[in-house]
Amino acid sequence: MTDILVVLLPLFGALLAGSLVFFSPKDDIESHKVDIIAQWITCIGMFLSLAAALIVFVDVALEGNERTTELFTWIESGTLEVSWALKSDTLTAVMMILVTGVSSMVHIYSIGYMHHDSSIPRFMCYLSLFTFFMLMLVTADNLIQLFFGWEGVGLASYLLIGFWYNKPSANSAAIKAFLVNRVGDFGFALGIFAVFMLFDSVHLDTIFAAVTEKKEATLLIFGSEFHALTITCLLLFIGAMGKSAQLGLHTWLPDAMEGPTPVSALIHAATMVTAGVFMVARLSPLFEFSDVALTVVTIVGATTAIFAATVGCVQNDIKRVIAYSTCSQLGYMFFACGVSAYSAGIFHLMTHGFFKALLFLGAGSVIHAMSDEQDMRRMGGIWKMVPATYILMWIGSLALAGIWPFAGFYSKDIILEAAYAAGTGPGNYAFWLGIAAAFLTAFYSWRLLIMTFHGTSRADEKTMAHVHESPKVMIIPLLLLAIGAVFAGYLGYEMFVGHETAEFWGNAIFILETHKALENAHDVPSWVKWLPLIIGLAGIGLAYVFYMFKPDIPGQIAKAFQGIYQFLLNKWYFDEIYNYLFVRPSFALGRGFWNVVDGWIIDGLGPDGISSLVRRTAIWISALQSGYLYHYAFVMLIGLVLMITGYLFKYIG
Amino acid sequence: MSNFPILSLVTFMPLAGALFVLMIRDSDPEIVASNARYVALWSSGLNFLVSLYLWFNFDNSTADFQYVEKAEWMPVLGLTYHMGVDGISVLFVLLTTLLTPICILASWDSITDRVQEYMISFLVLETLMVGMFCALDLMVFYIFFEGVLIPMFLIIGIWGGPRRVYSSFKLFLYTLTGSVLMLLAMFAMFIESGTTDITQLLVYNFSEKLQTWLWLAFFASFAVKVPMWPLHTWLPDAHVEAPTAGSVILAGVLLKFGGYGMLRFSLPMFPLASADFTPLIYTLSIIAVIYTSLVALVQEDMKKLIAYSSVAHMGFVTIGVFTTTVQGIEGAIYVMLSHGVVSAALFLLVGVVYDRIHSRKIADYGGLVHRLPAYAMIFMLFMLASVGLPGTGSFVGEFLVLLGVFQVNAWVSALAGLGVILGASYMLYLYRRVVFGKLTNDSLRKITDMSPREWAVFTPLIILTLWMGIYPPSFLDVMHVSVDNLINQVELAQSAAHTLAQSMDVNH
Repeated sequence: MTDILVVLLPLFGALLAGSLVFFSPKDDIESHKVDIIAQWITCIGMFLSLAAALIVFVDVALEGNERTTELFTWIESGTLEVSWALKSDTLTAVMMILVTGVSSMVHIYSIGYMHHDSSIPRFMCYLSLFTFFMLMLVTADNLIQLFFGWEGVGLASYLLIGFWYNKPSANSAAIKAFLVNRVGDFGFALGIFAVFMLFDSVHLDTIFAAVTEKKEATLLIFGSEFHALTITCLLLFIGAMGKSAQLGLHTWLPDAMEGPTPVSALIHAATMVTAGVFMVARLSPLFEFSDVALTVVTIVGATTAIFAATVGCVQNDIKRVIAYSTCSQLGYMFFACGVSAYSAGIFHLMTHGFFKALLFLGAGSVIHAMSDEQDMRRMGGIWKMVPATYILMWIGSLALAGIWPFAGFYSKDIILEAAYAAGTGPGNYAFWLGIAAAFLTAFYSWRLLIMTFHGTSRADEKTMAHVHESPKVMIIPLLLLAIGAVFAGYLGYEMFVGHETAEFWGNAIFILETHKALENAHDVPSWVKWLPLIIGLAGIGLAYVFYMFKPDIPGQIAKAFQGIYQFLLNKWYFDEIYNYLFVRPSFALGRGFWNVVDGWIIDGLGPDGISSLVRRTAIWISALQSGYLYHYAFVMLIGLVLMITGYLFKYIG
Repeated sequence: MSNFPILSLVTFMPLAGALFVLMIRDSDPEIVASNARYVALWSSGLNFLVSLYLWFNFDNSTADFQYVEKAEWMPVLGLTYHMGVDGISVLFVLLTTLLTPICILASWDSITDRVQEYMISFLVLETLMVGMFCALDLMVFYIFFEGVLIPMFLIIGIWGGPRRVYSSFKLFLYTLTGSVLMLLAMFAMFIESGTTDITQLLVYNFSEKLQTWLWLAFFASFAVKVPMWPLHTWLPDAHVEAPTAGSVILAGVLLKFGGYGMLRFSLPMFPLASADFTPLIYTLSIIAVIYTSLVALVQEDMKKLIAYSSVAHMGFVTIGVFTTTVQGIEGAIYVMLSHGVVSAALFLLVGVVYDRIHSRKIADYGGLVHRLPAYAMIFMLFMLASVGLPGTGSFVGEFLVLLGVFQVNAWVSALAGLGVILGASYMLYLYRRVVFGKLTNDSLRKITDMSPREWAVFTPLIILTLWMGIYPPSFLDVMHVSVDNLINQVELAQSAAHTLAQSMDVNH
């Protein structure tokens, strides 16, 4: 029952707040009242949901009462049988806490952040709707319901990125997010089909129970014979790559920053984008049996981690820096899964949820203070004016950079240690790229802090005159998240990845006996344990040198390495390449098909051609009926001549 | 009620309504128009309520035809008036009886010219459509199937847009050409089997060679109706010129004739030919899905865009039918039903703004959300349904089709799946240009939001789309047994032919 409440309360909040959208208030006072009602309804719904999630967490994760609550039949066709059902195990419970927790904070924060906006009920409705879909995603007990949540959060993301629908850039970004995710979802759907073909079921427990029988099975699809679990996992992973913005399908995430900042914090940092990691962890019983798939996950994750970190170092939009950072951190989570350290991936997912939401909301607080300025080149020198925000951003950055004893230290270290301990080629690849990315992470985090808060102000006077600390309604959620960013790592370590791992996770995560990366992670050489911290401090130091003490250096470097700088600034030219490869050809083909094939060929040869042929013949024939007697006489004469000629040839010639 | 001719009632009640409309006489044309509207609404609305009985009282546990009626008609020719529905056809009857009153309500204010004749056309059209889905005799089927063309031709040709005559002739000629071939095939079937009874023909074994010709002849007719690429070009023209309600019926019901025909005739009666031609169907369908989606992307006319998207969606239907898997066929039926609701709603949505500023050009719109929030929300819902978002009916259908065909041929599934990505592109792009953005066109400044009448038009469609997405068993349960039966029959015939071929190989 509590499971159902966790999921449905946000939906009710969304529906009630949504219905207020159509209430047209007479004056400002009334419209203000409507706004407040919408805020109360959705916030209360979220807090009740959070409370219920805590109860579920205690019951399921701590006391080990895993369960599935069936609601009602959804799709039944042939052997396909799918119900709406809520599965609660430790993995779900952890995600529930994270989702409802961060979502509640963001709901509260939004009251302050959006108070100038004219469509508050709509905003609150979308936030709650998103939370509902996200909870459906994490509680799914079958792949199709997972897909429901998956596309549902995509929808909410689309609605929220395009929330300010007057801005063409917001509309484009929203469409881009939806479409890129659709590409991933397409792979996901094919993966589900393959699972069904292999197991004759899409029900998670059924699949997991049957997986050992099928570990050697092959599938004859796409005209060749594949190792069944490998092709299945790879298809599913395409979906994970789309949702979690991994290299190749990441292009939508930076653009998604067009949405209001609370949205970036909730959807594009803490929850939705981690769905891919969640999916891989959830399907660990499948991935474990395919070394190829795990290798791909590791390599894609590690490459994304370094790629996004390099781009993050040169961006100037405060939110885009954090967006690339998110992309990079997701890469860490993936390669953790790739080396079979799923619980480490989920651990980082959780700590990252807290500190990245904190960073985003902190950035929102800065943007709020700077009169909606997002470009760091026009900030600086404001740390004394917004002390609370400044300190909170420091906490978030320390956690992100993995400095002891902040949350990121514990989770990032265990990932890197596991990658090292895996002892495989991909594991080493991930380890070294992860170390390099950790250096860059620390560097860009402090670049952000210094450019935003220190130095001389580069904003105009009017903006500077307005700089103010955010109201309590925005700062308190930040404080609560900061508590998570400080303590979540230390408190969670033993349960998630330490000695209590086995009891804590129960049956939620499956790891083959032979995959010992996580076990061995605790026994790696001490230089492996120390390296991430040292490299993080070095990154911070470099940022101080570059942006505090010798601010000329970055410009000189950019000039000296113009090619690399442009390459990074333009985000490795992914957008340009995709535009050239996919977008423009689609429109050109569409126009060609429409005008040339439909217009000329099909209609030209078909109906129009035939009708004009008929018409021309008719005109030609009717021209014969001129009405002049001598024309007819002439025709008759010709006929007579022909007849006689024919006759002569036949009988005489 | 077992002997009560309920199907005849549902079929001919609209015709009776049409007769009433015909008899309306008054010196004031306004009164005539108003009475015609009310009579049409009442008779079609009542007919919908009666047709619900067919659904509620339907026995899901048998594949037999139900509510069967049989009467001698032309004994000399062996023709009988034979009606009945099974799990495949019954929901189409309901789709028709639902959409007709909605169409009449949607035409309430927009049709002001020759209202009486318009309403008569619609009611006659309903009779013919319902009859088509219930017919169990070849000749009865043919009469209804072809008869539909007459009121449709008139609706487009009289109440249509500037190029209405060109479009209505194009529609007529395309459809007729295909149907002539089908008629010849029907004669051949009668001569061969000695019966026109569909229930008997369903179990009759035509020789493989004859099957090929019969299949092709029926295909000519159905492929035009679906429409399949490259026989689709009549559809965008017809839609663009048709009045809103005409488009609704065209997309909502008429396009389903092709898919229904394939399920009723091509697959069960000519199973061997169907197996042979499946690659052809797949190829044409994939081309349809990708090609028309790309064409939809560059359209500048809203109706044309939705028309092209219909061709793409129908591509899923033809793929699903010929997978001969449970998921494929049930998915195909489901796509037809949900497309019937969703495309109807999309055309109605275009009609709402067309009634206000008389333009279908996408470029004339933009920023509608500022003036029409309710409209924007409804449009959003159906836009999402059209792209197959889970939770809407289209998702269930398209997912089942792709799941079904994946097991037969994964390439087909993957290529058709591209249509889902492209579908999202053109629909989101359309929505963005029409609804989002700033309000720039001055003529939109005074545009008003949904009227109560328009709410009444959309509410049933909204409920139905979500219902079909969240609780599909209401609809899927109806078809299970009939679809299973159909598949068994086809597989039996195909495997029998297979063993025969093998034994002949052995003899050689």
